[in-house]
Amino acid sequence: MSAIQPPAELVWWKQPLDKVEGTWIGIALVWSLFMFFMMPFWHIYGKQNLSSEAYKTTPQAYMAKTQAMVDQYTVRTETAAQLPVVRPPPGSDVYLLGRLWQWYPLLEFEKGQTYRLHISSMDWQHGFSLQPVNINTQILPGYEMVMTITPDTSGEQTIICNEFCGIGHHTMLGKIYVTEGGQ
Amino acid sequence: MSDNQFRICPESGLQFHKPAEMLMRAHAVVAVVILLIGGIAALLVTLTRWPAIHLLPADRFYQLLTMHGTNMLIFWMISFEIAVLYFCSSTLLRCRLATPRIAWLGFALMLIGIIVNNAAVASGTASVMMTSYVPMPANPNFYLGLILFAVGALIGCFVFLATLVVAKDEKTYEGSIPLVTFGALTACIIAVFTIASGAIVLIPTWLWSLGYINHIDAAMYRIVWWALGHSSQQINVAAHVAVWYAIAAIVFGARPLSEKVSRVAFFLYIAFLQLASAHHLLVDPGLSAEWKIFNTSYAMYLAVLASMVHGLTVPGSIEVAQRAKGLTNGLFEWLRKAPWGNPIFSGMFISLIGFGFIGGISGVVMGTEQINIIIHNTIYVPGHFHATVVIGSTLAFMSLTYFLIPTLFRKQVAFPGLAKWQPYLFGIGMSSFTLAMMGAGTLGVERRHWDMAFTNSALGFEYPASAFTLMGIMGISGVVAILGGAIFILVTVVSVFFGKSVESESSYGISATRLMRADPVVVPEGGHGAAGKWGFAAPGTFVLALFFLAIFVLYYAVNWKYLASVWPMS
Ligand code: HEM
Ligand SMILES: [Cu+2]
Ligand SMILES: [Cu+2]
Repeated sequence: MSAIQPPAELVWWKQPLDKVEGTWIGIALVWSLFMFFMMPFWHIYGKQNLSSEAYKTTPQAYMAKTQAMVDQYTVRTETAAQLPVVRPPPGSDVYLLGRLWQWYPLLEFEKGQTYRLHISSMDWQHGFSLQPVNINTQILPGYEMVMTITPDTSGEQTIICNEFCGIGHHTMLGKIYVTEGGQ
Repeated sequence: MSDNQFRICPESGLQFHKPAEMLMRAHAVVAVVILLIGGIAALLVTLTRWPAIHLLPADRFYQLLTMHGTNMLIFWMISFEIAVLYFCSSTLLRCRLATPRIAWLGFALMLIGIIVNNAAVASGTASVMMTSYVPMPANPNFYLGLILFAVGALIGCFVFLATLVVAKDEKTYEGSIPLVTFGALTACIIAVFTIASGAIVLIPTWLWSLGYINHIDAAMYRIVWWALGHSSQQINVAAHVAVWYAIAAIVFGARPLSEKVSRVAFFLYIAFLQLASAHHLLVDPGLSAEWKIFNTSYAMYLAVLASMVHGLTVPGSIEVAQRAKGLTNGLFEWLRKAPWGNPIFSGMFISLIGFGFIGGISGVVMGTEQINIIIHNTIYVPGHFHATVVIGSTLAFMSLTYFLIPTLFRKQVAFPGLAKWQPYLFGIGMSSFTLAMMGAGTLGVERRHWDMAFTNSALGFEYPASAFTLMGIMGISGVVAILGGAIFILVTVVSVFFGKSVESESSYGISATRLMRADPVVVPEGGHGAAGKWGFAAPGTFVLALFFLAIFVLYYAVNWKYLASVWPMS
């Protein structure tokens, strides 16, 4: 009986499998388990794991922390809007915020050093997409996520917003400059 | 139950309950009209993302992208699926449809919901994308339309379930329900879960948009929204797999290799898909790694396993049926001599290959917890899901439509010459479209983004030239696929509304006669074996499956390697 008719045998669950099915199920199961265990494996031996460290916050509280860092560590300004470029000390907590339609402030890191990068949104959802290195995360209002990152390439990285956030979404860019060590 | 409520299709022998037939026709017609609207939006959106053309202004682009997403992913798919549910219950079980009146109420709610939602988007006050992430506000009618549609669809699900009960009570079939109906039941159960999640998230959001609730947590919204958003993809998968089995049965008289394996595979979908909303939250703040790993893999990839099983058993059953007809030379004579000129078959087979090789592999790769870091929200993501939901589900539904035109609508298929080429244009166009998007996404091009040149930004950024080339290839291939879609709509509309009825004997059309009478295959009861190789009933399919696995493993490894080159983070 074909698949659009009731099964021919009343007790179809006793019908034996064909060898082709049994073999394939075995292979596919092994592969599935392999892929599953690859993820915890990478947590232990891999270097790229997003931390689950995050805090509830409010736009006001987060803005205050960001501004304090900007006031302390700004090294220059850029663009007509005089956006501050902040060079925080290695190992420190760095605050980046997304708002319509800007990443604030611009950052300058040193290659090979580690930073605790906090990110939150002041208004709607945004997407943090660092290019060309290609790191992407979701940024939500009310949540402050913390990534511990170690830039291992120098040069200019651009933060592109990759969650739709209204009509200016495609203009929402930011920068992380990475300088060679010892500068 | 008076007899004149039923009609038997002379060609296919299928028995239609007339009230069910009217409902199926209504749902299918609405679905195709929606496909047309979504398709026009697709054309404009594609021409905007094609950098050399960059057609629309930004506000129109985001508005039409919203319209494209909701109409295609929600309205087209689910409207067609309700028709499939009625077909798999009333028609395949030769049973009356339970409560046609209530079913019409469901239909009306769905239609009103579609209109209300589209009117909100058309007014320009709801360009929030189909995901409508809070706290970006939309016109309240945007959510209201979705809610009405969901209630209507839920009614359709219950009518389907009630029909199964009626069929059992009235003993319209013996033994167990057919495999295809079992697949539809899987889709229906998942749909009920999905729609419940939809209600939990959309009703408060609607009240929030009206000012009755003052805060909705963005993270919570995403968790519940994706219980709707991802599970509904599992409805599509269950539905199109059921359609694959149905077409294998219709075109080849194929019977499942074993009922047990195929049914257990469907059952795995039900058991594990609620977990899948994690796919979309892999780089969200605050979720623990354990939760993400367990859920994104649907508990150790058991639902992926299920799809890999269907991917073997559907073509495997075709191979067995073909071999039983004497096409036993070599590994692939059964496939070479398949009816490639029949769009019911060619569409279904392209759907199967595209879904597995492009959509399936990319989905598992980007759904890997850590690999998602290099893919989230890039245009790779729409690349992946156009392979699943367009090449997989949409093309499978198109193929089924070529069968329904003569049987359900009693019309000859118009322009059979065009219809023959349609699945190739659509399937190959879409394959190249999705691969180009995945390539561009790997280079960091973003989804839902109007301007990859960033011309109006204070701080610029330049993608490599190859990213622009890939987006151009995406544009050209998208237009080819849209041409294929337009032919489908042309053929369907002309056949259904202006076509010659099948009774009038000049047979240009793909006649159901040829399809259903395709020599009933006699497969020895209990086992298949005889015509195979190495003790395998379907050796050709097995070789194809190994080829698939090889590509899968290779591509999976390449992505880990790429991830390893990214800045260390923890
Ligand atoms: C030939 C047909 C089609 C073409 C050329 C096409 C093209 C596109 C393009 C260019 C995008 C925009 C990607 C972006 O900028 O983010 C898009 C998005 C999308 N498409 Fe299609 N599409 C087609 C058919 C379909 C179908 C049949 C479905 C569903 C069944 C579908 C579902 C979607 C969804 C859900 C989105 C995402 C919208 C969002 O980001 O909110 N598409 N499509
Ligand atoms: Cu943004
Ligand atoms: Cu944005």
